[in-house]
Amino acid sequence: MNATPDNSLQNSCNCDDAYTLGPLQVGPPCCDPQPVIQVENLSLQYGGKTALEKVTLDIYRGCITALIGPSGCGKTSFLSAINRLIDLIPTCQISGHIRVDGEDIYDPGTNVQALRRKIGMVFQKPTPFPLSIRRNITLPLREHGITQRHKVEAIIEQVLRDVGLWDEVCDRLDTAALSLSGGQQQRLCIARALALNPEILLMDEPCSALDPIASGVVEDLISRLSGRYTIVIVTHNLAQARRIANYAAFFWIKERAGQLVEFGHCRHIFESPTHELTAAYVNGSRG
Amino acid sequence: MLEVITMDKWQSYRDRFIQLLIYCLVLLVSAVFVWILFDLIKGGWSHLSWEFLTQSPFDAGRSGGIGPILISTLLILLVALITALPLAWTTAALLAEYVPVTSQFGKTIRFSLQVLAGVPSIVFGLFGNAFFSIYLGLGFSILSGGLTLACMLLPILVSTAEAGLRAVPQSYRLSAAALGMSRTATLIQLLLPAAAPTLAAGLLLGIGRAVAETAALLFTSGYVDRMPDSLLDSGRALALHIFDLAMNVPGGDTPAYASALVLVVLLLCINILAMKLAYGLQRRRIMSL
Repeated sequence: MNATPDNSLQNSCNCDDAYTLGPLQVGPPCCDPQPVIQVENLSLQYGGKTALEKVTLDIYRGCITALIGPSGCGKTSFLSAINRLIDLIPTCQISGHIRVDGEDIYDPGTNVQALRRKIGMVFQKPTPFPLSIRRNITLPLREHGITQRHKVEAIIEQVLRDVGLWDEVCDRLDTAALSLSGGQQQRLCIARALALNPEILLMDEPCSALDPIASGVVEDLISRLSGRYTIVIVTHNLAQARRIANYAAFFWIKERAGQLVEFGHCRHIFESPTHELTAAYVNGSRG
Repeated sequence: MLEVITMDKWQSYRDRFIQLLIYCLVLLVSAVFVWILFDLIKGGWSHLSWEFLTQSPFDAGRSGGIGPILISTLLILLVALITALPLAWTTAALLAEYVPVTSQFGKTIRFSLQVLAGVPSIVFGLFGNAFFSIYLGLGFSILSGGLTLACMLLPILVSTAEAGLRAVPQSYRLSAAALGMSRTATLIQLLLPAAAPTLAAGLLLGIGRAVAETAALLFTSGYVDRMPDSLLDSGRALALHIFDLAMNVPGGDTPAYASALVLVVLLLCINILAMKLAYGLQRRRIMSL
């Protein structure tokens, strides 16, 4: 695999003044491929129906990995397997291994709440709670034992600045989060996830329910987050994947089950894919 | 072209007719309520006074007031709600949040609640008499009446609360779980407040049934019309008082009318209060730190 740093990524590491992401955490350079999530032979079944079959894939630290492919090929299922959100679906059966930082997350001894603190998630539709803007952030913080007022206030300001929302909402933190616009709601959801100081962010089509301008703002935000967070993003917007991702994984439905067809550097997937299905999909002739 | 226009005309006539019909039916339903209220006011307004609300009844209720009866009614209601609400809401939370919809356990509980909902209130009265009054030795008392009512309210409280919890969008549960929140915290901090209006609506239905209940209280809380000294005293409920005045006391029509008017106004007040409560709860949740 190509280990030279990606150009797009270098650009994205330059922080704009409007966004104060704070000092980047010390770690390996963005595209030194050091796996943080290792997926091995992952298969998923919903009530006996296979949704995903034998996926083996490494997600690299500090990079943006885009999952692309047609609807129903198991991208979202794959994503929710990483933070064990599929535990909420009673009929779901899983086999294979997912290791995060070397530890198998489906081990019976895993602390799922701590795992989900480490792996944040953002959904397709903005999902703020029907509470105030402030309480949307304090509620999960309190759940994880962070209650000191000055600490909480500092985190709120920090994460809202990180997502570029602070200037827009700093004088109305106690109004309902549902009164924000769609794009603001989605950025609040990202801020809420960032407040728990995760290592990894899972994003399930975070821009698809937003208008083009709000979508652009969120997209910029995501590329700013790379380097500091490991990001796995599902997107149907191929141009977007091409703009922001370092790696891309292409899923396809074979015999009614989702499978990983090809994984590699974003440039390879889009410019010189090895698999003809990938080529057809990214060129728009299939899918 | 012409044909299209006549079709549209015909359709618009039909639309207007249906609209008119719906208005008429709504008017009819409202008219029934207004008529009842008017009849009650006509028959009972003259008898209504502060003394009527506070004094004890004399001469089997022909004169005097309904003071002790109001107190007994409220005590019975209080006992019923304090017993039934925690039981019902925890059961609803269990059914909606912790037990899969398809599980045999959930199905069994739901089925037994449905059966319970269909049991006539006189049967509850007999059960309450046999179990609370005689077997547990509570006698004819406000306590046994309240506990009997609690059994009666369970199905309606559970089913409304369960429906309310199920109506909360799944996205709240998913996002809360994705933020590492426990199920209990999600339930208490997010789902119950979000379901508060439905819970209040269920509570209202329950209170309505409880305040209006007669048959179940006949054999449990009894019909002593003195001011109760404790929960172990017998106490006559308002609905029972109305029944007694109308059926057993010649010349008791006017106080019966007045009592019924009080009952209806009481129900209206509880209604408005519960709605305000649900609204306020939601606002507080949104506004508070």
